[in-house]
Amino acid sequence: MINAEMIKEKYVRNHPSPFCPGCGGGMVLNAMSRAVEKSGLEKEDVAAVSGIGCAAWIPSPHWRVDTLHTTHGRAVAFASGIKIANRDLEVMVVSGDGDCAGIGGNHLLHGARNNIDLNVLMVNNGLYAMTGGQVAPTTEHGEETLTTPHGNPSSSFEAAEVVKAAGASHVARWTTYHMDELIEEVEKAINTEGFSFIEVLAQCPTRKGKKEGMDGLDMLEWYKNNTSKEKDRDKLYVGTLADIERPELTQEIYRQIEGFRGD
Amino acid sequence: MSEKIKIKIDREFCKGCGICIKYCPRDVLDESDDLNQYDNHFPEVVRSERCISCRRCELYCPDFAIEVKEEKE
Repeated sequence: MINAEMIKEKYVRNHPSPFCPGCGGGMVLNAMSRAVEKSGLEKEDVAAVSGIGCAAWIPSPHWRVDTLHTTHGRAVAFASGIKIANRDLEVMVVSGDGDCAGIGGNHLLHGARNNIDLNVLMVNNGLYAMTGGQVAPTTEHGEETLTTPHGNPSSSFEAAEVVKAAGASHVARWTTYHMDELIEEVEKAINTEGFSFIEVLAQCPTRKGKKEGMDGLDMLEWYKNNTSKEKDRDKLYVGTLADIERPELTQEIYRQIEGFRGD
Repeated sequence: MSEKIKIKIDREFCKGCGICIKYCPRDVLDESDDLNQYDNHFPEVVRSERCISCRRCELYCPDFAIEVKEEKE
């Protein structure tokens, strides 16, 4: 049976984490661990890649699987290398919104276009939290941040929609409030042959919450009240956005290699 | 055979976010008056008989600081 004691013992290291009180990072770690446990994978079959930022600290060093902590924005590129070199591994990428959609945006797009079998979790808190709360591509229009004290003049980047348009096999959006659904979705991503992208809206009580007078709990409640599993104009849609079958890069490459060898 | 439910709270690892207290559907937990080493108010079990072992607290705790244990008698 899956319970916290067993998950903590098997999957969590360097405890306690450096995350702020009420941060969604630990909840994403919990969800990922439970999904891997439920899917029946061995820890040795999982590799986790992260870039730079708060969210990058979720797998490295806190997840007890093989982890790779890479340069800013390049998590998807490193992960593609791992997957092509050893296609038996289940490669998870955990990256923040600034890392994944901002600095590593092009890697993300082409990862989705190639439809390489990675599971990308983009932990979206809406700003660059680790460096002090600067504006990120995912910051909502009009929102105050450290570098936009009069409100964000530009609009936010809908990463999930863009990745869907780029051709990813599996795209979804959830929040840390929807823990059960998130676990199920990560499990689905693991079982998908192709690029899986899950945008997880996660609360940042320190950089974002404080400005709005909210703590982690208030932000979870905000997610509860402002998201909908039905298509609702006033609320943000959460759920699966795309689930399609397309040729997967690693399989195509190995098929070609086997063709040359005459196997 | 009855089952005894024990809630183990790791006081020193708790960051006092209060998520477990809010998301307990049976109001088992409440904020303590005491402080831990980081000056956080950790949760306390105040109505243990109401616990149905749904483990929402375990699922939502960002710091793995709360565990529900069922002991068979």
